[in-house]
Amino acid sequence: MSGAEFVPLSLTPLLIGVFAAIGCALPGNFLVLRRQALIGDAISHVVLPGIVLAFLVTGAITTWPMMIGAGGAALLSVLLIEAIRRLGRIEPGAAMGVVFTTMFAGGVLLLERTDTSSVHLDVEHALMGNLESLIWLDARGWGSLLDPVALAGLPPELTRMALTCLGVAAFIRLFWRPLKISTFDEGFAQVIGMRTGLIGISLVGVSAMAAVAAFDAVGSIIVIAMFICPPAAARLMTNRLAAQVGWSVAFATFAAVLGYVLAGYGPLWLGARDSVSAAGMIATVSGLILAVAALFGPARGGQQA
Amino acid sequence: MKPISIAATAPHAEAGPQPPLSIRGMTVSYGQSPVVFSVDAAFPEGSMTAIIGPNGAGKSTLLKATLGILRPLSGTVTVHARPLNDQRHRIAYVPQRASVDWDFPTTVLDVVLMGLSRELGLLWPVRSRHRQKVLDCLARVGMAEFADRQIGQLSGGQQQRVFLARALAQDADLYVLDEPFAGVDAATEKAIIAVLKTLKAEGKTVIAVHHDLSTVVDYFDRVLILNIRKIAEGTVAEAFTETNLQAAYGGRLATAQMGALG
Repeated sequence: MSGAEFVPLSLTPLLIGVFAAIGCALPGNFLVLRRQALIGDAISHVVLPGIVLAFLVTGAITTWPMMIGAGGAALLSVLLIEAIRRLGRIEPGAAMGVVFTTMFAGGVLLLERTDTSSVHLDVEHALMGNLESLIWLDARGWGSLLDPVALAGLPPELTRMALTCLGVAAFIRLFWRPLKISTFDEGFAQVIGMRTGLIGISLVGVSAMAAVAAFDAVGSIIVIAMFICPPAAARLMTNRLAAQVGWSVAFATFAAVLGYVLAGYGPLWLGARDSVSAAGMIATVSGLILAVAALFGPARGGQQA
Repeated sequence: MKPISIAATAPHAEAGPQPPLSIRGMTVSYGQSPVVFSVDAAFPEGSMTAIIGPNGAGKSTLLKATLGILRPLSGTVTVHARPLNDQRHRIAYVPQRASVDWDFPTTVLDVVLMGLSRELGLLWPVRSRHRQKVLDCLARVGMAEFADRQIGQLSGGQQQRVFLARALAQDADLYVLDEPFAGVDAATEKAIIAVLKTLKAEGKTVIAVHHDLSTVVDYFDRVLILNIRKIAEGTVAEAFTETNLQAAYGGRLATAQMGALG
């Protein structure tokens, strides 16, 4: 494929997919180890009512109100989950399940009852996003990467997702030790004076940030898949946390690239005429990576005892 | 049952140095009824105390509430006569082995390095002197050759020794251990008690939740007998008596175990 075709049509969706995948996979490593992987699932569902409400208030698809609505909904869900868990004395998984299905269903109802037909806000978009549409029309080829005029026309999702991914990576790097210690041994972490509650909430907050940014660009399917599949597959490759995080980034990148290419060209290779959803294919590829790691990963099996 | 002393009015002006750890009026509840009720205790410097009592007596809970892992309903904790939060660097805590996931992707060396968290902070690099200190602590518990193992590949006794090595790396003067001998092999039990006795000889204070009444006399010099309330506290000679044990364990204490009193 020539640069004149690849750069405007495929480069930006591909990069956005990669940044979204990495941004979710990084905190996913800790969520999976904390048995909180479902929280990514919860967040990616509960943002829907927040986004719809933001749309109702502003009457337009504008980025910041929707991000704020999504963030507010994510925060509300975390508080609700904690409240249900403590007041109802219910295990966290069940509390998450109740909150995220209820809020997502509420979001779907809200969406149905409001007139969103004129804009690209619908259930399908919420689930799958529309990665393929995030193209860079100003680009004429590889040379456009150095052309300020063309660069100004980059889809804003790319900048946003790249910055989010960078922010997530910075958080993980800076708080690596507290995250590791409090995930492994919370009691010990508390006794040496770590604020384990704050660390846990920050991790969920950063995950929510990644989920909301990724949801905006690529829909919730990728978010759910990327929080769980690359870290879980990476855990099966190594017995070192740092190496696990490295593997998870590699798997997330691989899934995003391969998924995007397969979605775009796979059906053509098979003789079909249309392409399939890139988000769906990326999530599928990440699931397949996990399956392969579960069958052949060198560190599978875990503790012998 | 003994009458409850009113903690708030207990005289606080005893002469002499303040104990490394002192607990007053500790009450903890998970729901309706308290699991630890109004416990006062003081652990003198250089002593080695066993916290004993039947299952569900609140032994671990008392430790966790004392160290701030659980929030008690009431109770004050002082460490060297100062609030706990100023003195955390002087405390090394060894949690119950079963309280963590040993499948966690990390090595023995990394776990013991956690004991140096205070020194390493968020971002200071791990230098060879840190690594050397970790290896020294592992050598003290006989685990030096396991430094690069993944922790899930260790036996229960080896895991317990790794936890003790992490506590040693903290350079604390108060060691608080939650059931350090639970489910460990005889060699590990010997290794652990040897280390604890060395710590005591260095003037450090050791507190351990302990289950095996038959070894109390050999291992410890003080006991705190607990069954939700404090039943007795003092030297082994004073407090580790049949009367007190019957009061704590009721009918649950086998005659064979009583024979261990010697």
